[in-house]
Amino acid sequence: MGWTRKHLLTMRELDASEIVLLIDTAASLQEIATREIKKVPALRGKTIVNLFYEPSTRTRTSFEIAGKWLSADVINFSAGGSSTTKGESFIDTAKTIAAMSPDVVIVRHSSAGAAELLARTLPCSIVNAGDGAHEHPTQALLDLLTIREKKAHFDGLHVAIVGDVAHSRVARSDIHGMRKLGMTVTVAGPPTLIPPFVQELGVKVSYRLEDAIRDVDVIMMLRLQHERMTNGLIPSLREYSRYWGLTLEKLASHARPDVLIMHPGPVNRGIELSPEVADGPYSVILDQVTKGVAVRMGVLLLLAGSKGEAP
Amino acid sequence: MASSVPRFREKAQVLDEAALDRALTRIAHEILEKNGGASEVAFVGLRTRGVTLAHRLAAKIAQIDGAALPVGTLDITLYRDDLGLRGAPLIRGTDIPFSIKNKTVILVDDVLFTGRTVRAALDAIIDLGRPKAIQLAILIDRGHRELPIRPDYVGKNLPTSRRESVAVRLREHDGEDRVVIEEPEEA
Repeated sequence: MGWTRKHLLTMRELDASEIVLLIDTAASLQEIATREIKKVPALRGKTIVNLFYEPSTRTRTSFEIAGKWLSADVINFSAGGSSTTKGESFIDTAKTIAAMSPDVVIVRHSSAGAAELLARTLPCSIVNAGDGAHEHPTQALLDLLTIREKKAHFDGLHVAIVGDVAHSRVARSDIHGMRKLGMTVTVAGPPTLIPPFVQELGVKVSYRLEDAIRDVDVIMMLRLQHERMTNGLIPSLREYSRYWGLTLEKLASHARPDVLIMHPGPVNRGIELSPEVADGPYSVILDQVTKGVAVRMGVLLLLAGSKGEAP
Repeated sequence: MASSVPRFREKAQVLDEAALDRALTRIAHEILEKNGGASEVAFVGLRTRGVTLAHRLAAKIAQIDGAALPVGTLDITLYRDDLGLRGAPLIRGTDIPFSIKNKTVILVDDVLFTGRTVRAALDAIIDLGRPKAIQLAILIDRGHRELPIRPDYVGKNLPTSRRESVAVRLREHDGEDRVVIEEPEEA
């Protein structure tokens, strides 16, 4: 009971009650988005830095909106326009920012472990907004909040995570979170995109889309990450799309009529999802984005709103 | 934190079930009298027991006047002046499913003490819109104000010492309707 952590680095380190507390807090904060004046004074005087070494639309924007709705001052740092281009190292840049006394640093980096490195180095709270192919905890939390709102519970739900599992930090964070909350998870994709030993995370593996989506409650489609791919993992985009792209026909003949279609974004339209599915009635992709702001408000509030001891 | 939370024991009963009910009935009449009826009046209860009391007051007014007044729930955690001093905040959510614009909002809480909770609630309500007026209904006013805040409707004025605590027990939460003063056990 109660939040005691200084950082949010992984879903793996959280226990079920901490995950539920984060989701409950986010759910209670959703109401702020519907107000005429979208601002509460909770984090007045706190400084939050978005330290992004990789491009991002929804994660960076939603952390920024979340911080601003809570009245924190939010500073955006992106590697492109900074001293990084002059050769400053990651740690030196981070220490420079820490010298300006932020309360929370939100970090995205292409290397696994970047957030943990900062947590060990800097005095402030660190939020992992994606580190390499390792973890992306706030994405998993918003996925879980979306699922709970649509299905009303977690227990016994079956989720298929489909596509480029090997490169996906979202898949890893989702698997940890879903397993801890009592859900069954099947990962599916071409063998070259399924990481070895993935079964050790407590998931089933399938190498055929049609089998993987049968009788599941949720289908989480992953983005094919061209930018992280060395050659030879898939024969061609066209072939990938034919076998692993989700279309209305495949849904109609293999999936349950009440299945939820989720995607962490950005969607490669026509590759992993046909536009009819992405924009169709099963899709909750934009709900995920809306929940993302609430989840990030919850995370920032619990980390930055709990400094200090009782007087 | 809180390594030395004192345990409290009951010192005296302040209100029994009948007296509590009479106090709420009187407040309901006073609300109608002061506002010349129940039109454009809305209740906002402070979590947790303020919400229950707000529902009871609305039910009383429905009996007396026939008017069904809206009741909202306010969580003032995001507006506290001691946020972060008591460990991680626990947010339970605000739910006011009606417009408070141009309404007379009756803010309801169980105990009025320092006034800091009411200060936070005033800010929270005004962030949701511009009410015509805000009035404050309190079951127990125990004194020791730290801010210039004064209730419009009081169930009972109860002089207390700071070391005592006032426990409002309501059927919906505690299985009984009763108000008691508690004092710390042997320090």
